[in-house]
Amino acid sequence: MEKVLTKNVRPDLSYVDLKAYEASGGYQGLRKALTMAPAEIIDEVKKSNLRGRGGGGFPTGVKWSLVPMGGDALQPKYLAANADEMEPGTFKDRLLMEGDPHQLVEGMAVAAYAIEASVAYVFLRGEYQLSEERLRRAIAEAYEQHYLGKNVLGSNFSVEMFVHMSGGRYMCGEETGLLNALEGKRANPRTKPPYPAVSGLFGKPTIVQNVETLCNVPYIVTNGADWFRSLSLTQDGGTKIYGASGKVKRPGLWELPMGTTIREILEEHAGGMRDGVKFRGLLPGGASTDFLVEEHLDVKMDFTEVQKVGSRLGTGTMIVLDDQTCPVGMVLNLEHFFAQESCGWCTPCWSGLSWAEKALDAIENGQGQSADLDHLSFICKICAPGNTFCALAPGAVEPLQSALKYFRDDFDRHIGEKRCPWKA
Amino acid sequence: MTKIFVDGRPFDVPENQSMLQACLTLGFDLPYFCWHPALGSVGACRQCAVKQYRDEKDSRGRIVMSCMTPVAEGVRISIRDAESVSFRAAVIEGLMQSHPHDCPVCDEGGECHLQDMTVMTGHAYRRYRFSKRTFRNQNLGPLVNHEMNRCIQCYRCVRYYREYAGGHDLKEFVLRNLVYFGRQNDGVLENEFAGNLVEICPTGVFTDKTLKQHYTRKWDLQLAPSVCVHCGIGCNTSPGERYGTLRRIVNRYNGEVNGYFLCDRGRFGYEFVNSPERLRQPRLQKGGQGETADGPVALVHARKLLDGGKVIGIGSPRASLEANFALRTLVGQERFFAGVEDEEHRLTARMLEILRSGLARSPSLGEIEKADAVLVLGEDVTQTAPRMALSLRQSVRQQPFELVDKLQIPRWLDHAAREAVQDAKGPFFVAAPHPTKLDDVAAATYRASPDDLARLGFAVAHAIDSSAPDVPQLTDGVRALAGRIAEALKNAKRPLVVSGPSLKCEALIQAAANVAWALCRAGKPAALSFTAPECNTLGLGLMAARPLGEAQQALKSGEADTIVILENDLYRRAPREQVDALLASARHLIVLDYLETSTTHKAEVVFPSAPFAECEGTFISNEGRAQRAFQVYVPEGGIRAAWQWLRDLLIASGANGAAAWQGVDDVLKTLAGSLPAFSAVPQAAPSAAFRMAGEKVAREPHRYSGRTAMHANINVSEPKPPDDPESPLSFSMEGVSEQPPPALIPFFWSPGWNSIQSVNKFQQEIAGPLRGGDPGVRVIEPAKPTEPDGPAGPDGNARADFLGAPPAVFEPQPDRVLLVPIYHVFGSDETSQRAPAIRELTPKPYVALDSEAARRFGLNDGDLAEVAVNGAVERLPVKVRDGMAAGVAGLPVGLPGIENCRLPAWARITRP
Ligand SMILES: Cc1cc2nc3c(=O)[nH]c(=O)nc-3n(C[C@H](O)[C@H](O)[C@H](O)COP(=O)(O)O)c2cc1C
Ligand code: SF4
Ligand code: SF4
Ligand code: SF4
Ligand code: FES
Repeated sequence: MEKVLTKNVRPDLSYVDLKAYEASGGYQGLRKALTMAPAEIIDEVKKSNLRGRGGGGFPTGVKWSLVPMGGDALQPKYLAANADEMEPGTFKDRLLMEGDPHQLVEGMAVAAYAIEASVAYVFLRGEYQLSEERLRRAIAEAYEQHYLGKNVLGSNFSVEMFVHMSGGRYMCGEETGLLNALEGKRANPRTKPPYPAVSGLFGKPTIVQNVETLCNVPYIVTNGADWFRSLSLTQDGGTKIYGASGKVKRPGLWELPMGTTIREILEEHAGGMRDGVKFRGLLPGGASTDFLVEEHLDVKMDFTEVQKVGSRLGTGTMIVLDDQTCPVGMVLNLEHFFAQESCGWCTPCWSGLSWAEKALDAIENGQGQSADLDHLSFICKICAPGNTFCALAPGAVEPLQSALKYFRDDFDRHIGEKRCPWKA
Repeated sequence: MTKIFVDGRPFDVPENQSMLQACLTLGFDLPYFCWHPALGSVGACRQCAVKQYRDEKDSRGRIVMSCMTPVAEGVRISIRDAESVSFRAAVIEGLMQSHPHDCPVCDEGGECHLQDMTVMTGHAYRRYRFSKRTFRNQNLGPLVNHEMNRCIQCYRCVRYYREYAGGHDLKEFVLRNLVYFGRQNDGVLENEFAGNLVEICPTGVFTDKTLKQHYTRKWDLQLAPSVCVHCGIGCNTSPGERYGTLRRIVNRYNGEVNGYFLCDRGRFGYEFVNSPERLRQPRLQKGGQGETADGPVALVHARKLLDGGKVIGIGSPRASLEANFALRTLVGQERFFAGVEDEEHRLTARMLEILRSGLARSPSLGEIEKADAVLVLGEDVTQTAPRMALSLRQSVRQQPFELVDKLQIPRWLDHAAREAVQDAKGPFFVAAPHPTKLDDVAAATYRASPDDLARLGFAVAHAIDSSAPDVPQLTDGVRALAGRIAEALKNAKRPLVVSGPSLKCEALIQAAANVAWALCRAGKPAALSFTAPECNTLGLGLMAARPLGEAQQALKSGEADTIVILENDLYRRAPREQVDALLASARHLIVLDYLETSTTHKAEVVFPSAPFAECEGTFISNEGRAQRAFQVYVPEGGIRAAWQWLRDLLIASGANGAAAWQGVDDVLKTLAGSLPAFSAVPQAAPSAAFRMAGEKVAREPHRYSGRTAMHANINVSEPKPPDDPESPLSFSMEGVSEQPPPALIPFFWSPGWNSIQSVNKFQQEIAGPLRGGDPGVRVIEPAKPTEPDGPAGPDGNARADFLGAPPAVFEPQPDRVLLVPIYHVFGSDETSQRAPAIRELTPKPYVALDSEAARRFGLNDGDLAEVAVNGAVERLPVKVRDGMAAGVAGLPVGLPGIENCRLPAWARITRP
């Protein structure tokens, strides 16, 4: 299979400098973009069926087309690369930033050009220090060669690029929480509408895009939408960086055609389960997606297909549950994370998730009551999309509601036996 | 109007509001927490959830937050839909998860929005069985109590405090279910409007700490509609009494005046009424000894003193119209003196003349809030007319709102609207001798001496209209600033000029008028607002009293030998030697007041009069709005309304006409008949004869408890409640069951709505006027121009000619400073400074120098300085306050321990 995003990533993960990047065709996308009208680029991206890789899967071109263009638009407009990557089990953006930072820089430059943004930020997870170092280096190199800065490559287009290290909260990755964080405010989400494309960072039109999404952009410009769609096995264009963690033989990341089946990822690329453990289920795209089980292994990992079976592609990086691990304990671990990361703005989330965490903790420690299970289901319902202010809580209850569905017996056993059967 | 459907029924409602607001206006009981009519919608609590349907065929619908859903043609929602009902119950259950359930010991109990909403949603049984989160509480100073465990994380407090009131020292900390609303460290809340947290917080986190000292439930309070007496703004209040002491004040909504908010001076200043320094019995001075006497004895004694007939009266800007008028009637128009400093008297007359004969109208606070360009000329509004500062702070949002509209963001979608404009503010200019609290929203500030401030004002007027007097010797900088201000005011839709008498500078007032008039002449509906120092400054001003300075003359010349002083401590009005001289030259001195003062000490007869809460009275605010304050309770002892004492003196002196004065209505009728300026005043509130279905309005809530027991330790038979023939209110629980007219609402309470938020049920539309119109009647309006659209000429028509001339350039002196008055919201007002909580926040006397001047005089912050001014020398600690105008220093006025010394004045400051 043709590797696109990871073709430059070296086995030893050493820095790919500007020269090396240029040698493999780097910055050709930007050069070509500068010869096109912004609207043409947006159109091409729309046609490519590129969908957001940050978890939501929103069509990227459509989002860009919401940005007010021309002289009447508020200035400056902003682009932010969402490199917060706090989703448990997700580490794909890190690979892209450490392994080939110029690719992100180029993707951002093209995206900024397409929406006529003059300032671009990389909003980077605080712990990603190697990414920071490499991005700063790449950005400096790019400035030197006039890929960034005033009059990019002699054109009329100018863009300044900054790296901003996140203070470290899950909510900083939610696109409007990110904007507040960038403004130096509490990372609470913002009211939508207005969408950031209309009123975003500092009140100006802003596009927030995941790292992987942005990395695809130069190739779409260079090779066209048809080529991009042809990379995929399904309707959604491009390749996808899939990943697996858990007790598989070879945890890791692989760039594969969009729509590769779960089974192929799990068995061929991750090498199947470790000896002595059996597969029980998986979260297909990070912690905030619903469990899938054995019967779903032949599902194609794209936005549409995974949704059909009641989960989400999310970030495409799966967390695998095995039979030696307690599902209640796993869900408790996740809900502890989500309850802790709730920004505290809306009641169903801050009150529901902490209650859920406490109930799960009681169950896991032999203090559970059967009414707790009803209440956990109730919390899941209360945190459904639309009921809360942002998507954190609906995401947070996805593993919980599906665990209650697929592993109900295990919950009942905890309550019945007043202990965790997995603990000695 | 737009058609919406609520549970299948069609309603016509105005656009530009949320569905929650529309539903509340329609009278539906839809619960909410994070929304507040003054703060708009942010969608945090999720309590206001309803089902929304795409069209009439959609039967599934989806849950939406009504506060975040705009009213639009054909929007269909259901409040009763089972799923949304159970969702709302779940939200309350979540909110109550860690709530301590300590209602019985919570000060909010019985008037708690959280209680109301919990009952409304039907959440009754507690399922949460895990440990609750707990917090440490903070000491936030003497006004506001903090009990964080009751918090439901609705964010209203911080939104109000930071975004609305401009405070900095209250913030939300931490996340998840552990969000803490407090200060970084314990300490006094810095904002002058912090007390509103008590009403903003839907539960018992922020409560009134002064109430805590003498706690009573809302239902056990006796209340009446009242008006704040601590500055000239005239905020509407609802004071509550139990067992003969005043327990607290809460806001009484008036859409045109104070809206939902009071200042802390107004909310917490009431405790002077409970002061041990209250005068409760008449007192006669006999052989150097004060001796209490009964009312009749004192009246006989006083009549004897008055018999000589050479009596003058000194009125008071803190006394009601009724009291001032009764005194004026007693002594005669020619012998009635204004109890204020002469300069203040002159300036009040000037302001009244400007407002009554000029082109520009004095705006209500509601209108001030909507001004879209503002020049504040020479007033530190936060300290001199506090509530106005809160309105001015909102006005800077008006111009940025235009961008919000352009982006099609509803203005009430609060955070979206704020994020869209970020820190953008409309043109707002503050010109003052020193930094002010409103500087943080100002586009530009100008610091100068009073004369130079006036010069700026004249320059602005000239820049708007070249026929206004030009200002010679203007520096380029000031001319440019004047041009910038003029431009901003000219380009605005609703420009406003604010000034006032606090710097005792007539040129400032003229300059402000000229700016407003220049705008009016250019076709702009400019508003002109003057602050007024006291609650009835304008009322007294309209009575055409003689200046106080002439009183001395009258005594000297033998025109008079006896003085009757009404509710006035003359030592606050003029320098000590002068007052001593005045009082010494009087043969007899009769004083009516409610608190012991330096003046009452000198009186031969003291009549204990009733402060606001203990009698009825009418006051005219700085807007020119006459408002009635009703009696809350019957005081013990020999206390009576000042006008009643004076009426009895009138009767005793043979003026039999006064016998007709049975109540305030009768006094006002005579007043209205004799002075045309007051002809509308009786309409400020319904008369004593007013009845609804034959009944009066009850001052006691329907749940008033212990009536049969409260006197049982004295006598087991329940005493008959006192009659109140003088007002349409009764001292009892019995009264009309419907809503009384707005001027008679003693408290807001409605079935299911026990908290102050029940005001929803009394408004024509949410956040709009009260049903039947906001209380008060305007008695000051500009004269109408003769031509409908032209500037008018003289002769009773609006005057268009500009006033005065710019003063000369201020020359700073190397060896002296110009001492200007500095005002303090806590301390400068005579009565509130005697409330213990306010006293705690009152600064100690000081002299303010900026660091340059301090260096010049060899002084450091905290050093004692000798301040020689107007022939007197005071020793005061230095407070280094940077940003004072060059050549200017400040002296706080009105604080306890500071003598009156007629400012501004040149002073020498030295190291002792
Ligand atoms: C709680 C929460 C955390 C999120 N964290 C991330 C993140 O770390 N990185 C990311 O790209 N998107 C994250 N998202 C998704 C973003 O809100 C947003 O949809 C995304 O950045 C848009 O980019 P895309 O369209 O390229 O995916 C998060 C969403 C939520 C609700
Ligand atoms: S769902 Fe609500 S509380 Fe949770 S993170 Fe989003 S806004 Fe904050
Ligand atoms: S303290 Fe009161 S107003 Fe503030 S968030 Fe808590 S409940 Fe709401
Ligand atoms: S002191 Fe003035 S501003 Fe404050 S509440 Fe009273 S009237 Fe209003
Ligand atoms: S009132 Fe609507 S969400 Fe709080």
